[in-house]
Amino acid sequence: MALISFNGVGIRGLAAAVPKQVVNNYEYTQYFDKDSVRDIVEKTGIKERRFAPANICSSDLCFAAAERLIADLNVDRSEIDLLIFVSQTPDYRMPATGVLLQERLGLSKQTAAFDMNLGCSAFVYGLSVVYSMMQTGGFRKALLLDGETRSRIYSPKDRKTAFLFGDGGVAALIERDEKYGNAWFSLNSDGSKESLIKVNAGGYRNPSTPETLEEKVVDEHGNIRSEEHGYMNGADVFNFVLLEIPKDIKKLLSFSNTAMDSLDYFVFHQANSYMNDYLKNKLKLDNSKVPASIEKFGNTSSVSIPLTIVSQLKDNLAESKKMLLCGFGVGMSWATAVMNFENCHISELVEV
Amino acid sequence: MKDKFIESFKEALEIDRPITMSDKFRDYDEWNSLGRLSLIANLDDQFDVTIEDEVFQKLITVEDLFNEVAKRAAAKN
Repeated sequence: MALISFNGVGIRGLAAAVPKQVVNNYEYTQYFDKDSVRDIVEKTGIKERRFAPANICSSDLCFAAAERLIADLNVDRSEIDLLIFVSQTPDYRMPATGVLLQERLGLSKQTAAFDMNLGCSAFVYGLSVVYSMMQTGGFRKALLLDGETRSRIYSPKDRKTAFLFGDGGVAALIERDEKYGNAWFSLNSDGSKESLIKVNAGGYRNPSTPETLEEKVVDEHGNIRSEEHGYMNGADVFNFVLLEIPKDIKKLLSFSNTAMDSLDYFVFHQANSYMNDYLKNKLKLDNSKVPASIEKFGNTSSVSIPLTIVSQLKDNLAESKKMLLCGFGVGMSWATAVMNFENCHISELVEV
Repeated sequence: MKDKFIESFKEALEIDRPITMSDKFRDYDEWNSLGRLSLIANLDDQFDVTIEDEVFQKLITVEDLFNEVAKRAAAKN
């Protein structure tokens, strides 16, 4: 059972960057009629998203966020000994984007840098890896960079996914200090559900061919996508969330001996408003403790948890706050964490 | 339980008129993937039941769905 705890490691500051281009979902009607688009927008609660232009990658958004954070906190770059980049939209198949970011950010060649490939669970998973490495005492400061350009993955002609996803990148600076106290994580995986959210072709199992790029009508509703577009079985994803997420939260609260009431904020992966609201009600959580950014940024996969903190809690994190973070999605993979935020610096949102 | 199920089902799909158990629910004008989400939420909330998509796809009539929900609810008790 992957239940782990750390002591004296925490997040010093967070910054986020989003593309300037705002997509108004009500007007995203080139392939579907206005009435059905309105119904989808109202049910999912996603009114706007940000789309990166072709020349901006996840790494560029993370770079902008990291530069802002380093400047705001006046960080000595030579003290950053660890850089982890989490994404499923890297610059290249190789080399790892994290290594390229070491160079771009002007970090020392003695920096440990690598990538982690996970989706909506990746920020929490990434934190668990950073905390593990930081707890060894061998790293002074760490950067967790988390970026996604999910707008590129999904077909605009498949109504199941066309209105959900957006782009963004974040940077978190992690340090060691006794003031942070304990942090607890629950990490989970279920590869039997690999087909629920998937890009089937374009990797090495099903390499890219002219056929895999060909757009086809895939169902009786006339949705169109290629084998290299993302597919999602929304119904089973919802079923999965109902079965696994409340259970995982209860498991972690019990492991960490944390009372539900003692938590200041519950920050969930922003999937869609309908599912997130249902989850909130099922767990009987107070609305004011569950920030949401889905309306403005859509589902940005792993970026959604830190982007919600940056965009919604900037003025609420003075002093000490006890937070629960919970990410779930593609894999399936899900992770929950309970940790203290101690005067966490939140930078102004950067637009690229 | 059947009445409660029918009310819950109609509420999820926002159907106001009477329906019959032999109806093929995918033929309803109100049936779409958004209604499906509401149905999943209602079945979880009111019957503590989830039905995986593979099984759900084989349910054709309102009665098929009711029987599956009743079977799963009974298995929990």
